[in-house]
Amino acid sequence: MSTQDIVLDREGLAEVPVIEPGHTLASVTEKISDIVLVRPLSIGWVAGFLACASLVGVLGVAVGYLFYKGTGIWGINIPVGWGFAIVNFVWWIGIGHAGTLISAILHLLRQSWRNSINRFAEAMTLFAVMCAGVFPLIHVGRPWLAYWLFPIPNTMGVWPQFRSPLLWDVFAVSTYATISAVFWYTGLIPDLATLRDRATTPIPRFIYGALALGWRGEARHWHRYESAYLLLAGLSTPLVLSVHTVVSFDFAISIMPGWHTTVFPPYFVAGAIYSGFAMVLILAIPVRAVYNLKDMITERHLENAAKVMLATGLIVAYGYILEIYMAWYSGPKSIDWFTVHNRFFGPYAGPYWALWICNIIIPQVLWIKSVRRSPFLLFLISLVVLAGMWLERFVIVILSLHRDFVPSSWGMYYPTKWDWATYFGTIGLFLMLIFLFVRVLPMISIFEIRMLLPEAEAKHK
Amino acid sequence: MSDLNGLMAEFGSATDLVEAAKATHRSGYNDIEAYSPFPVHGLSEAIGFHKDRVGLICLIGGLVGMFTGFGLQYWVSTIAYPINIGGRPLNSWPAFVIVTFELTVLFGGLSAVGGMLFLNDLPRPHHPVFNVPQFERASQDRFFLCVFAADPKFDAPQTRRFLEGLKPISIAEVPE
Repeated sequence: MSTQDIVLDREGLAEVPVIEPGHTLASVTEKISDIVLVRPLSIGWVAGFLACASLVGVLGVAVGYLFYKGTGIWGINIPVGWGFAIVNFVWWIGIGHAGTLISAILHLLRQSWRNSINRFAEAMTLFAVMCAGVFPLIHVGRPWLAYWLFPIPNTMGVWPQFRSPLLWDVFAVSTYATISAVFWYTGLIPDLATLRDRATTPIPRFIYGALALGWRGEARHWHRYESAYLLLAGLSTPLVLSVHTVVSFDFAISIMPGWHTTVFPPYFVAGAIYSGFAMVLILAIPVRAVYNLKDMITERHLENAAKVMLATGLIVAYGYILEIYMAWYSGPKSIDWFTVHNRFFGPYAGPYWALWICNIIIPQVLWIKSVRRSPFLLFLISLVVLAGMWLERFVIVILSLHRDFVPSSWGMYYPTKWDWATYFGTIGLFLMLIFLFVRVLPMISIFEIRMLLPEAEAKHK
Repeated sequence: MSDLNGLMAEFGSATDLVEAAKATHRSGYNDIEAYSPFPVHGLSEAIGFHKDRVGLICLIGGLVGMFTGFGLQYWVSTIAYPINIGGRPLNSWPAFVIVTFELTVLFGGLSAVGGMLFLNDLPRPHHPVFNVPQFERASQDRFFLCVFAADPKFDAPQTRRFLEGLKPISIAEVPE
């Protein structure tokens, strides 16, 4: 499984390798760990970090004012009781899915190219889940009662309702957050030992040493470590598929037209991976340029990510088309037909058609190989896909609610400045955590990159 | 003897380490350990370690999670806080499948990692092998084989001669 073999594709062009030739165990170790241990702080990093930190300040103000005044500062009303909070929650949690897909599912499928992107994809998962977690907590209106979500014995003698999808969601998301964090930390342990051994000053050596738990790289340790890692990957695979399935149950189990459909679970999962890979590309493309990692995150990675986006985007398109087909099949007098007609021509037709353009039409250029190999175009397309996936959640939540069953209770939803401040605040939180991550932890898994080198194979005489 | 914990040989490649580990194990040393900066296939087998129990711990953890998940929901919904919703049975088990699954994964995953750390005797910040100066490269680009003094066959001069026969880059004493 040497990665140095040159493979020719059908057009006779050499396939880009997963890692450029010429690297040794020492050079990959030095290159990745020096970003953390040696590289001085740059103006660009400080400026970017402070910009994101100020957005976190905006988030703090928005949430503080929300706690002071209540959810009335948002645009939500009756009939649209679920506004930006749910749209953003679903959007963020979906973005996280690509990280688990890369680290767990591609590990089980022995796709070794994933070794150079799994670390920061997992970090992305963790940070995206943190951003997602903000929304359910603040949208309950009385966040000091958020512990009611969990089955905690209390003096009221009241327990949660286990037949409700909203409670399933609590368990799915908190399990997902925990397992993602454990998976990420487990992967970090050997690399933290490398940082401990390379650190030249006492404070980093102490911190990385404490976090590395005394890892020594014993053969017995590695044996158990690989067993545990494989088991985690095996457990995370159904878990990640279950999380967005359960999120879709929040909608699909209700009787609301536009929500009550059986296509939701697969189409939510595909959409989650779609938006997640878009976020992976948005982070990977600048990071590999700034930190000069183009020899480890090669065009092959970008192209593979683009292919996954293309495939999952088509599954999402199938979901959209099936919704229209089901409406047509239900007949022109059905509420499903009304829902689709309202999407096509109603007051929110703009976001609906923008969703088609962003999610389905523009990404079709990914069929062209030169587009898949162009970092600049991939970055733009990924931004478009993220906007499209956000619009999809907007269409699902708002458009289904704003036309209630009785025309007298129809309404419109307009987000307020507090809605936008909270949304952009979480983007700031996410990027701030990414900025911190690339400076304090190895953003590429060093020991897994070592395994991609030809010298990693012990030749048996 | 009391100030010596073992002898450590340094190698330059995974292949050399696997060969040396096999030779050492074959010649009767049992209390030996190999160190590498990444998992090397066949290395743990070369020192005579074949089967770990992480899988069993994970299975037990997962089953405990499964019974906890279903048991919690059954107890809450039928005994502690029964609510009749639309005449559905109190033990409406299909609705309990998801939380049962999530807790199976949660307990299984945590016990896989916890079990791995426990069996590896981690966290353990101090260990005699860290006293060998070259050993800091065990997490970078070098491969080590250690024969511990606790091995009944261990005899410092004789073991050192044996290790020298394996053509290592260096041999170091592991102090107590």
